[in-house]
Amino acid sequence: MTKLLEMKNLNVRFKGKRTVHAINDVSLSMDQGETLALLGESGSGKSVTLKTLLGLLPPKRSQIDGSIHVNGVDIMSLRGRALQRYRGGEVSMVFQEPALALDPVYTIGHQIAESVMRHKGVDKANAMSTALDMLDRVRIPSANRRLHNYPHELSGGMRQRVMIALALACRPRLLLADEPTTALDATVQIQILLLLRELQKEFGMGVIFVTHDIGVAVEISERVAVMYAGQIIEEGTTHEIIRDARHPYTQGLLAANLHDVARGERLSAIPGAPPALEARPDSCPFAPRCPVAMPECRADLPPMLAPGDRRRVACLRAAQPIAAE
Amino acid sequence: MSVTDTYQPTPDTGGPAQPLIRVTGLQKYFPVRGGILGRTQAKVQAVDGVSFEVKKGETLGIVGESGCGKSTTAKLLIGLVEKDKGEIVFDGHALGERLSLKELRRGVQMVFQDSYATLNPRLTILDSVAFGAKVQGLDNPEELARKMMDRVGLDPDRFAHRYPHELSGGQRQRVNIARALAMSPRLVVLDEAVSALDKSVEAQVLNLLNDLRAEFGLTYVFISHDLNVVRYISDRILVMYLGEVVEVAPVDSIWQEQAHPYTRSLFSAMPSMDPDNRTKEPPLAGDPPNPINPPSGCRFHTRCRFASAVCKEAVPKLAGLARNGDHMVACHLHDAQSGHPKAGQGVPE
Ligand SMILES: Nc1ncnc2c1ncn2[C@@H]1O[C@H](COP(=O)(O)OP(=O)(O)OP(=O)(O)O)[C@@H](O)[C@H]1O
Ligand SMILES: Nc1ncnc2c1ncn2[C@@H]1O[C@H](COP(=O)(O)OP(=O)(O)O)[C@@H](O)[C@H]1O
Ligand code: SF4
Ligand code: SF4
Ligand SMILES: [Mg+2]
Ligand SMILES: [Mg+2]
Repeated sequence: MTKLLEMKNLNVRFKGKRTVHAINDVSLSMDQGETLALLGESGSGKSVTLKTLLGLLPPKRSQIDGSIHVNGVDIMSLRGRALQRYRGGEVSMVFQEPALALDPVYTIGHQIAESVMRHKGVDKANAMSTALDMLDRVRIPSANRRLHNYPHELSGGMRQRVMIALALACRPRLLLADEPTTALDATVQIQILLLLRELQKEFGMGVIFVTHDIGVAVEISERVAVMYAGQIIEEGTTHEIIRDARHPYTQGLLAANLHDVARGERLSAIPGAPPALEARPDSCPFAPRCPVAMPECRADLPPMLAPGDRRRVACLRAAQPIAAE
Repeated sequence: MSVTDTYQPTPDTGGPAQPLIRVTGLQKYFPVRGGILGRTQAKVQAVDGVSFEVKKGETLGIVGESGCGKSTTAKLLIGLVEKDKGEIVFDGHALGERLSLKELRRGVQMVFQDSYATLNPRLTILDSVAFGAKVQGLDNPEELARKMMDRVGLDPDRFAHRYPHELSGGQRQRVNIARALAMSPRLVVLDEAVSALDKSVEAQVLNLLNDLRAEFGLTYVFISHDLNVVRYISDRILVMYLGEVVEVAPVDSIWQEQAHPYTRSLFSAMPSMDPDNRTKEPPLAGDPPNPINPPSGCRFHTRCRFASAVCKEAVPKLAGLARNGDHMVACHLHDAQSGHPKAGQGVPE
C-alpha cells in the first residue's frame, strides 16, 4: 500500500529582518489510517510543519527544501486547480482558533455545503444533506436548526465541532489538527478528543495532531514524534514514548509533568529555554539544557539512532541506556 | 542587606489565627448592552454570593470552567472591579470602613496570565519592576527592584535595561512576579499565571513561587484551569460553577473524594497519561449554560446525572461534610433533610 505520507529532509527557512531556521531536516512517514501526535513546546516548528504540508507558507519569505509525498503525489509540485483540490479534499486542517476557518458572514450549513460542492461536484441539495449528516456525526444537538446558525451564535465547543465537520465533510485521507483543543475547557477538550478518535476510526483517515500537552497526545494518538528546535528528536509508539523515553528532552518533559507529583515537592524543571533559531543548529540543540551533555554533543549534530522498528532518537547517549540519575 | 531585609510588608495586625482575607456574599453582575439604544439588556451573573477565607501563609487554589467567575473573583479581591454586594475584610479591616482601596492594593498584588499585555512596552524591565514600589512610596525602590529581579532569576546587570519584547514568555512572567513582589504585598493573587508557559518553563516558575512563599511568608490565591498545577501548589481547593462556590476542601480530602458531582466530572476530564487506559467516556456533555440566565435551584442541575425535582427548585447551601467539617459542599445529596431521594448517602457511583 502507498504510504499516506512520506516527508524527506524538509527544511524551512524564513527570510526577513531576522532569518529563522524553523524546520531543520525533518523526515516523517505515516501509514494509511495512522494517528500521530506532533509534540513540542512553542516555537519548536509544529505549526510550520503542518502549514508546509498544506502549502500555506508565504511564498516570498519562505525557502523550502526537501520532498513531501501524500499518497504518492509530490505535493510541492501542485499548483492552481490541483492544489485547491488537494487542500480540503485529500488533506484538511482543523485550527486552534475556529475564527481562522469559519466565515462569520455565512451560516455553518452553507459553509460546509460549499466545500462539499467544490470538492465532490455534487448539487446544492445533496451537499446540504451531507452538511446535516456531518453536524449529526459531530454531535451537534438539533443539527437541523443549527445548520442555519452563524458561527457567532455557537459556543466555543460547538464551533470547534463545526470546524471538525467542515474538515471531514470531504472525507480527507489525512486530517491535520493544530492544537484544536488547547483553548477549550478540560471538560469540553475530552469530549472533542473522544469524538475525533471515533471519527478517525469510522473514516479510516490518518491524523497528525499537534499539541504541547503529553496528556492530550496519549488520549489521541498511536504514535508520537517529539520536536525540538525544528527537528524531530524522538519518535515511537505512544507507549514507547511514555514508558521508555530515550531522549533527555523527552525525559525532562515527562518529569516536568505534574501528574502524580506530591504537593510542595521540588519539581524537576528543565533549566533554561529553547534556542533562538537564527542559525541552523550544527550541534545538539538541547546541549545547553541537557543534564547529561558531553563535550562531543557540542561538536557535531548527534546521529539519528534507531533502537527499534520505526523508533528513532537523535542523541549520542541513546546508544547506551541512560542510568536514572 | 539581603532581599528579605528590604521587604517592606504592612504589619500583621490580628496574629496568626485571624484570616488574611475573608470575603462574604461577594456579588458582581456585569450589564450587557445591546439593541439600537445601547440600553442594558441583561446582566451576566459573573460572581454570585461567593464567600471564603484564606488563612495567613495558606495557598487557596480556585478551579472551574471558563467563564465561571474565577478572574472576576480575583479582580474583586484587589479592587480592580467594584463589587455590587458583599464584604471584603483584609487582616481584620473591612474595605470601605477601616481600609481604603489604596491600602488594600498595598497588601494585595496580582499576577496575570498574559505577561505581555500587562507590561508597559516603553518601560525598561527595571523601571517596570520599580514602578509600583515608587508609587507606593517604599524606601529605595530601585534597589528593591534589582534585588527582586535577582531573586526571581533575572540577573539585573543583564536584564535591567531591556524591554519586554526582548524577553521570552517565561522571563516576562518572572518580571511580573518581581514587579508584584517589589510592592511587598502579603497576599498575591495569581490568575492563570503559569498557563501560557511551556511545560518545562512552568515547572521552573512553580518552584520559584514555592520558594518565594516560604521566604517572604506570602499567602497565595492561585487560579488555574489545570487541576494538576492547583493540586501541586495549594493547601485548599475551591471549585466554582456559574458564579457560585460548589465545593471547597483541603487538597488531600478533595483529591480522595470529590463530594460535588460537578467536581467529580471536572476531575475525570483530566487526560489519563496512561496509554493502556485511555479515557472512554466524556464525563460531562455539552458546554456550561449561559451565565446571563443561569438555571434555577442548583445551577448544575441541567448537566447533573443525579438531579431530581428538588434540585430544580431549591438552592443547595454550602455546608461541611459529616466526616470532615472542613470539606464543604453545596449539593442536596449531602443534606439528609433536602428531600432529594438519594440524600444522605453521598454521591452514587
Ligand atoms: N467586563 C465585563 N463585562 C461583561 N461581562 C463580563 C466582564 N468580565 C467578565 N464578564 C463575564 O463574567 C463571567 C465570568 O468571567 P470571568 O472572567 O470571571 O471568568 P473566568 O472564570 O476567569 O474564565 P476563564 O477561565 O475563561 O478565564 C463570564 O461570563 C464573562 O463573560
Ligand atoms: N511566517 C513566519 N515568518 C517568520 N518566522 C516564522 C513564521 N512562522 C513561524 N515562524 C517561526 O518559526 C518557528 C517555528 O514556529 P511554529 O511552527 O509556529 O512553532 P510551534 O511549534 O509553536 O507551532 C518559530 O521560531 C516561529 O517564530
Ligand atoms: S546528544 Fe548529548 S546534549 Fe544532546 S540530548 Fe543527547 S546527551 Fe544531551
Ligand atoms: S444539588 Fe442536585 S443537581 Fe445539584 S449537584 Fe447535587 S444532585 Fe446534582
Ligand atoms: Mg503552533
Ligand atoms: Mg479568567
